[in-house]
Amino acid sequence: MADKIKFAFLLTGGCAGCEMSLVDLSESLVDVLDHLEVVFWAPTVADVKYKDLEAMPDQSIDLAFVDGMIRLSEHEHMAKVLRSKAKVLVAFGVCASLGGVAGMANLHPRKALFDTAYIDSPSTDNPEGIYPQPKCVVDGKYELTLPEFCDRVRPLTDVVTVDYMVGGCPPHHEFVAKLVTAIVEGNLPAKGSWLTGGKAVCDVCDRNPANEQVNRKTITEVKRVVDGNGVLEEKECLLQGGYLCLGAVTQGDCNASCPKVNIPCRGCGGPMPGVTDFGAQALSSIGAILENEEVAERMVAKYPDMAKMMYRYSLPASLLGRKIKGQ
Amino acid sequence: MEYTPNIVGFACQWCTYAGADLAGNLRCKYPPTIKLIRVPCSGRVKPEFILDALAKGADGVLVGGCHFGDCHYKDGNRKTANRMILLKKMIADMGFEPKRFRLEWISGAEGQKFADVVSEFTEELIKLGPNTIVEENAA
Ligand code: FES
Repeated sequence: MADKIKFAFLLTGGCAGCEMSLVDLSESLVDVLDHLEVVFWAPTVADVKYKDLEAMPDQSIDLAFVDGMIRLSEHEHMAKVLRSKAKVLVAFGVCASLGGVAGMANLHPRKALFDTAYIDSPSTDNPEGIYPQPKCVVDGKYELTLPEFCDRVRPLTDVVTVDYMVGGCPPHHEFVAKLVTAIVEGNLPAKGSWLTGGKAVCDVCDRNPANEQVNRKTITEVKRVVDGNGVLEEKECLLQGGYLCLGAVTQGDCNASCPKVNIPCRGCGGPMPGVTDFGAQALSSIGAILENEEVAERMVAKYPDMAKMMYRYSLPASLLGRKIKGQ
Repeated sequence: MEYTPNIVGFACQWCTYAGADLAGNLRCKYPPTIKLIRVPCSGRVKPEFILDALAKGADGVLVGGCHFGDCHYKDGNRKTANRMILLKKMIADMGFEPKRFRLEWISGAEGQKFADVVSEFTEELIKLGPNTIVEENAA
């Protein structure tokens, strides 16, 4: 057998859910581990320190995954270190690829984010109103530091060259299994591509009217899941039923897991190949199938934040990238 | 230096683009603020194009299409109309003054209307001041 693939996994600003989806491979992970030698998996799994990675020779890691967005200076630093050590770098999951859910923070000023996190949230007990500082001196002599909070969330692709991107929040474990096999077999597309089956969520969705050779009708109703309108028929298209579902423009490597359980697609899979701005494309395709302008107006009234709706997972990677101050 | 707005215009080749031609033939006066891009139909204007123009510093974006019923591809303009309602809201959520974006139906016979729309839009943009996104992102 050929040498084992030297593998690294770095968590930056994410929740480690993507790492869970790799661990979710369960038995197949055991087979895969025959081919992988984990040289670095931090800060979550392996007992290695950042300095151990810094000490490794350049280009000594064959394959590195990063999950999470770039939120802190630490993330940026470690992503750059890993890039120089790794031959192939994969943005694993939608946070690393497009910024993820936390990317919506780009619509709020830093002060509002800090107030929510350290003052206002119900679980916070902070009577003195202390905010984290990048530097502080303890007992008058020990200087302690924390990473800097960057002025906005960025996807990994904004700070280093990324070889492959994988969508999903997190990537579906069945897809991860296929992916890891493809990687182990060296069966990869051109660098810079998304690793995807190339089908949209609608393509793999049981609710797609096309499965019954029925043409899609235009949308006349606008509903929201939170309104509790009851459950649609098993085979009824959510979009057709009035729910804003982004399955048509989202990579379907998840096998339509959300629509299967009555939840409209929110686009975590990332854009179909060839699309630069996920939200704009989503808006375009939804706009095109609304019955008329009156329905569009109702949609605007029903969904109070269109940017958060369309860019739920991709705001930092969008053309505008963040909320602009007073234009 | 006095600020002259920079408008990116997407004009349907069957109507607004012809309308702009007619405005020239009629010697209508309007400010030289618009850079017109000819598109096959207003339905060809992806919301992405508009965001791209704004992201690159355009002060305003104008989309011009055929009146309802006149679209050469039947319902391209209706789709545009729906999309632009959603888009306008999205631009506002991203911090832009929605007035920076305008959708107008201008036929090939409405040269004067084209000139009026550009003049009016220019004035409005002068009131709003320049789009500072490029400077803001560089800072
Ligand atoms: S052809 Fe002019 S808007 Fe469609």
